[in-house]
Amino acid sequence: MKIEKSKDPFFWLTVFCSSVVVGFILLPLVQMTVQPSFQDLKETLQDQSVRRSIWLSIYTSGLAALISFTFGTPFAYLLARKDFPGKRFVESIIDLPIMIPHPIVGIAILGLAGKNHWLGHLMHQVGIQIMGTVTGIVAVLTFVGLPFYVNTAKAGFEAIPVRLENVSRSLGASLTGTFLRVTFPLAWRSMLLGIIMCCARAISEFGAVVIVAYHPMIAPVMIYERFTAYGPKYSQPVAVWLMLISLVLFLLLRIFSVSKENQT
Amino acid sequence: MIEIETLRIRLSDFALQDIDLSIQDGEFFTLLGPTGAGKTLMLEAIAGVVPITSGCIRVNGRDITDLSPEKRGISIVYQDCALFPHLSVLKNITYGLRYHKTDRQSTKEWVEWLVERLGLERLTHRSTFYLSGGEKQRVALARALAVNPSVLLLDEPLSALDPNFREDIRNILKRLHQEVGITFLMVTHDFAETLFLGQRTAILNRGKIEQIGPVSEVFQRPATPFVAEFVGMKNVFPAAFKDTAAVVDDLELRLSGLPARDKHYVAIRAEDIVITKERLPGNGTNVFPGKVLEVIDRGFYYEVSVRAGKVVFRAMLTKSALFELKLPEGKDVHIEVRSSAIHVF
Repeated sequence: MKIEKSKDPFFWLTVFCSSVVVGFILLPLVQMTVQPSFQDLKETLQDQSVRRSIWLSIYTSGLAALISFTFGTPFAYLLARKDFPGKRFVESIIDLPIMIPHPIVGIAILGLAGKNHWLGHLMHQVGIQIMGTVTGIVAVLTFVGLPFYVNTAKAGFEAIPVRLENVSRSLGASLTGTFLRVTFPLAWRSMLLGIIMCCARAISEFGAVVIVAYHPMIAPVMIYERFTAYGPKYSQPVAVWLMLISLVLFLLLRIFSVSKENQT
Repeated sequence: MIEIETLRIRLSDFALQDIDLSIQDGEFFTLLGPTGAGKTLMLEAIAGVVPITSGCIRVNGRDITDLSPEKRGISIVYQDCALFPHLSVLKNITYGLRYHKTDRQSTKEWVEWLVERLGLERLTHRSTFYLSGGEKQRVALARALAVNPSVLLLDEPLSALDPNFREDIRNILKRLHQEVGITFLMVTHDFAETLFLGQRTAILNRGKIEQIGPVSEVFQRPATPFVAEFVGMKNVFPAAFKDTAAVVDDLELRLSGLPARDKHYVAIRAEDIVITKERLPGNGTNVFPGKVLEVIDRGFYYEVSVRAGKVVFRAMLTKSALFELKLPEGKDVHIEVRSSAIHVF
């Protein structure tokens, strides 16, 4: 059914701007993806150090997401449900890691982990090292990824009417029981989305990691190193693989969450 | 039995003040008031899901003021039903059973009875998503009653329903209350619902109780101008009293008896004001000449405003009566008010 014969100029403006935005994002990525030959891609993947760094990237990001999930879920629930003095302040603290330039994050965490600081001293005694370790990488990735998990999960909790929880309590369920039987089943999709966002943010981190741990080498650091040492031709295949693998992982998570939805 | 003593809830922009209320065991009590009067807040305070500032709530003699909601044994049915969207109808109804250790067989019978009584047999395995408003409300009722609470709180259960479902649920509520013997406390802004369902009622306005009493008494003898208007007395006037007469502006209304002291208002229902074209023969009391100011179509009836002296009366006429009287605006008429129809407070 056609109602409008001639579209408003504003309509064409929206179409134009949308194509500019989409093109701006896609063009460089597509260009980079199609540049390396299959031979290059194959050889790159056979390189053990590449495989190791991509795997390191994936599992440190996964760990960061897991930590964010564990500590961020109760925190997000608290923010979604309770009003308390200084709540705005706490909410803006959560957003800080998004705003701070990435190298500063690395420097800040290193400053805390140094032996001159009591916390760094304590960690040293227990045997926790930040500088140049997987622990350090995970710490940095959690720092930059947390806001994405907390904010997404919080939005999910906020979307659930508090009345459902009230009814559950009045029927005899404790706060924990209510969370497990009402809140979680209704919010898990947002929580999963939060995990995906957090992971995505972590896997793309470079600036903070390169300061805390140049080695062991995560994929973005390796891409950077190859770029500065050998030029784009050697860095592109690694980048393509990292992108493809991340894409597949996120797609799988999405599909998993959607197919579950259709079952119920 | 619910006893509420000097209950106070202070929020940033609203306060419930010094609520004192006592609801008998097995009673159908309604809490009546306009939107924003604090009715739902009070209900949620009794359920324990909003914190109170001070005061005391007792149920069956037990102080529950500091108990968490799950330990109170009080169920709540919200206006929007608040069904768990991820659970089937039956799982909604049986949600709370695991927290109440009772005889398995009797619980099963009780739930079956509720399902049958509320006509939900065919819906038990359905998702709650496609239920009609009335069906949702019945599921919410079954879920709340399944745990055999000592008190059932109802938050405007009829307001969001289509008119045909509303009558259905209203009848179900009345019948259920008679059959289960549980104390019902219902919040509503509709006095008609209170008339049909309630045994006693409290009128709440801006966080304060204006009047508590049996429904018929509140209906017939409102204690404040607010209550008078709320129960449908369209004519509320401040008055001075002289013997058995009430002076309203320049009119003197004959009363049926000597008014008690400290009375400041008279109120008359619109349906108790009679409009005639000519002054009727005989010596009627309280007959005043007046002019028709306005005729408003209210659907099933007409509301006619008549100015007599300086006072504007609002009367009610059926369509046929209005047609017979032929009352254009500005027409001279007479109005008559029986002395017994004048409520003094």
